[in-house]
Amino acid sequence: MKALLGNRLAVIGALTLAALAVVAIAARWVAPHDPLQVNLPDALLAPCRAYPLGTDQLGRDVLSRLIYGARISLLIGFIAVGIAVSIGTVVGALAGFYGGWLDAILMRFVDTMLSIPTIFLLLAIIAVIGPSIELIMVVIGLTSWMGVARLVRAEILSLKEREFVLAAHVLGASSWRVITKHLLPNAMGPVLVSATLGVGGAILSESVLSYLGLGVQPPTPSWGNILNEGRIALGVAWWLTLAPGLCILTTVLAFNLLGEGIRERLSRQ
Amino acid sequence: MTEALLDAREVSKTYHRRAGVFQRDAGTIRAVDQVTLSLTAGDTLGLVGESGCGKTTLAKILVGLVAPTAGAVFIRGQSAARASRSKRLSLKRAVQFVFQDPMNSLNPRMTVEETLSEPLAIHGLAHGDARRQRVRELLARVQLPLTHAGRLPRELSGGERQRVGMARALAVDPEVLICDEPIASLDVSVGAQILELLRGLCAQQRTALLFISHDLRAVASLCHRVAVMKEGRLIESGPTEALLTHPRHPYTELLIRAATLDLDTPTSK
Repeated sequence: MKALLGNRLAVIGALTLAALAVVAIAARWVAPHDPLQVNLPDALLAPCRAYPLGTDQLGRDVLSRLIYGARISLLIGFIAVGIAVSIGTVVGALAGFYGGWLDAILMRFVDTMLSIPTIFLLLAIIAVIGPSIELIMVVIGLTSWMGVARLVRAEILSLKEREFVLAAHVLGASSWRVITKHLLPNAMGPVLVSATLGVGGAILSESVLSYLGLGVQPPTPSWGNILNEGRIALGVAWWLTLAPGLCILTTVLAFNLLGEGIRERLSRQ
Repeated sequence: MTEALLDAREVSKTYHRRAGVFQRDAGTIRAVDQVTLSLTAGDTLGLVGESGCGKTTLAKILVGLVAPTAGAVFIRGQSAARASRSKRLSLKRAVQFVFQDPMNSLNPRMTVEETLSEPLAIHGLAHGDARRQRVRELLARVQLPLTHAGRLPRELSGGERQRVGMARALAVDPEVLICDEPIASLDVSVGAQILELLRGLCAQQRTALLFISHDLRAVASLCHRVAVMKEGRLIESGPTEALLTHPRHPYTELLIRAATLDLDTPTSK
């Protein structure tokens, strides 16, 4: 933690994310207006004192919608990555530890999944089943675990020849014990980096889906669908697209800076 | 004659070297070639030979980390490879291993106490307070201060780590202790302390010891019997005294000469 503080960019990333998390959690008290309150007389107002980031076509406050949208984006980011890390860790650990035909089958499956462009897979699944926040989280998770699986497998392959792992075998430790006590705890560093970067990626995926109208459905605000609704009024109300765009950019950048910071810290150890 | 605790009968391990795109057979390497040896209670056997002669592979075969391509290993007359699950655990308990590299042989994320508790947990030997008490006894046996219990491996010196490695092996009260180059990566003075500790432990418990080293002097000071290994074969073995004074094989003579030359360096005069 102390060395992480030495990396200025990583600190900026972490502070940005902390601030964002606080705002998202305290949305009810922080947001100046109700994000769903339609107020047609105030439609498409430019940023002013009452509406710091202006209003949309229905007169809703853009700042409040962004603040509530942060909740959805972060929630989707973390849960999707949670699902991806869980699946990736299990698949990678089994493939790396047991090797042989199990490894061959699992890794060919990973290759197959990787060969399908994620965004098309996402679109196809959601187009068939229909959009909902839960489904988006699950589907993003199910389409982004392959990198983690490869990472964990590679770590396990190198760790399993280490003497402390052999020592556990000599003592008669079960495979379960060797994997959970000796291999995984020592393999999780790179996974943490990948997960941090992955949250940014998942937020981006959600934005893409919502932008295309297949993500979070109106009136629930998410950064992607605010951007989508603003697109129609791009010529007359620049703030409708610029504000959510900057939110997505800042958040994804912050996760990347933090992830790179952790990676650097781990590689120096 | 007393029953052999550990008995290796004509064990061999051959590796096939593969080359080229089509993995054609590029010859076989005999890492261990028809080695027979046995240990009874209170025995101390030194195994000497140059690097790469198959000592470590032989040791790994003896503790079941490597399966021999021919021959078999018997513990108290029983084959661990063919035993049932529960039987195998008790056979494994009888033969324990101390690794060469103390940097590598301890899990970097487990404290000394956790490392020493693990063998007790695997074999269900002590629980709760009794387990903590047992860990304290083990620390005392390898002459480590009790305050080290909460430390991580990176907070210990090389010699201290090696003592923890020994304590871990001793935790299950093994009948045979196999030490693979336990002092090779330590300072001379620290190595001497470890040797002294091993001597004391074996004398107290009548634990049989297989001490593997390329250092003939260390072997001579610790072991009653010596076996010489070269290119995977045991070329000579016998009581230490007789073997050192009347070597029958020219290679043994060479090893002895190398060790005595070392003794005659100006610093020792």
